[in-house]
Amino acid sequence: MDPLLGEPAPLRRGARGGLIKQKNEYMKGMTVIVKKTTQLIAGMVFLYGIYVIIHGHLTPGGGFAGGVIMAGSFILLILAFGSDFMHLTKEESGTTMYENLATLVVVFLAASGLLLGTRIFFLNWLPKGTVGQLVSAGMLPLYNIFIGIEVASSILTIFLALVIFKEEISE
Amino acid sequence: MIVYLLCFVLFLTGLYGLITSRNLVKIAISMSVMEFSTFLFFALIGYVDGGVAPIVDPADPAKIYVDPLPQALVLTAIVIGLATTAMMMAIIIRLYRKYGTFDIREIKSLRG
Amino acid sequence: MEIAISIITGLMIIGALYAIHAKDLLSAVIACGIVGYGLVICFLLLKAPDLAIVQIVVETITLIIMVAVVLDSSREEKFSKPDGQGYISIITSVLLIVVLFYFFKLSVETLDVFGSGTLRMAAPYIEGATDKTGSANLVTGVVFDFRGYDTMGEATVLVTAVLGVLTILRIKGKK
Repeated sequence: MDPLLGEPAPLRRGARGGLIKQKNEYMKGMTVIVKKTTQLIAGMVFLYGIYVIIHGHLTPGGGFAGGVIMAGSFILLILAFGSDFMHLTKEESGTTMYENLATLVVVFLAASGLLLGTRIFFLNWLPKGTVGQLVSAGMLPLYNIFIGIEVASSILTIFLALVIFKEEISE
Repeated sequence: MIVYLLCFVLFLTGLYGLITSRNLVKIAISMSVMEFSTFLFFALIGYVDGGVAPIVDPADPAKIYVDPLPQALVLTAIVIGLATTAMMMAIIIRLYRKYGTFDIREIKSLRG
Repeated sequence: MEIAISIITGLMIIGALYAIHAKDLLSAVIACGIVGYGLVICFLLLKAPDLAIVQIVVETITLIIMVAVVLDSSREEKFSKPDGQGYISIITSVLLIVVLFYFFKLSVETLDVFGSGTLRMAAPYIEGATDKTGSANLVTGVVFDFRGYDTMGEATVLVTAVLGVLTILRIKGKK
């Protein structure tokens, strides 16, 4: 019998008498100062993440940096307002849908080079333009956007599963 | 040369913590320290004296750039390190809920 | 430059040693943050701004997850004297450290001096990336155009990690 996943979880007292806390205080949200500051700042952080993604081929940043910044803004909102903020229930929310769709679009964009007759995967076939403009570098901005959405959704799902949803006891 | 040796001493510190720790959370911390030391080693290899960051300015091109290839390899490795640390934390949560302790000797002697 | 990075790496080693021997688990987790944030300063000194942005946000998220796990449980560690099995593991680790350090010292003497370009593929990437990809950021051009497979593999690893975390914690979907 698998000792890790095969049995239902025990009750609040561990097998050797270790304590498990009843209800976490941080899930109720924080004070008024933190809530007001978060209301003012969280939108700007999200917009900064979008800016870093879109200008990924001109300034330092790109898909990964912008994606984690976008996830950081959502984590800030959830930590400041408590776990009943976005009507989070004990079930899985809809964040995994965005992640899977974004990965699928990345693979289709990469395989679109094969449809043009050439035999190259990941071909950069859009016009390249001049270096330094916003609309340049072929397909790189498209890759940046979808990888950014994918990374943000993944990190948000991991955070929700480990910090909010782990109160689940019964099967 | 001293920098490479110090970076490897950081890796060996993580290895020492991995072998001699009895607590599950400290094992996870030691693995994370080992990953950080490899990121530092990759970034050290690609450095060129007097170079600038690898962003090309078309109006004023610099002469020497820092090598962009090790930075590209580390960029994906950082996010993957977060994913593996999160999976270790998930296993630690399940083990604590079942056995009530973080100590690996007591878990080994219980056997479900 | 070499002296500054050596000092910061020395501080990171001290932080890691404290994190291993701390009595309180919360102190150990916060000492792990010393290593992560010192790495951000090292990346900025080594002229890698992309890596610094990603590392500082990822380190903050890792600290949040670790503190959430530690605060939910008993925080003290039963710090007993090392018994027989503890002595064996300490001696094994010291032997391993000495052997590995000797071989690493032998192999790192064949590298060039710190600061000169050591990789052979640096010059073709730097000269050809601007024309062939059309992007001003060389690291983005390398990651998404010259090495697109690695990025697709990284996306797959993230999807697998999310799947693994949701399966281990047994979180149910919508009915």
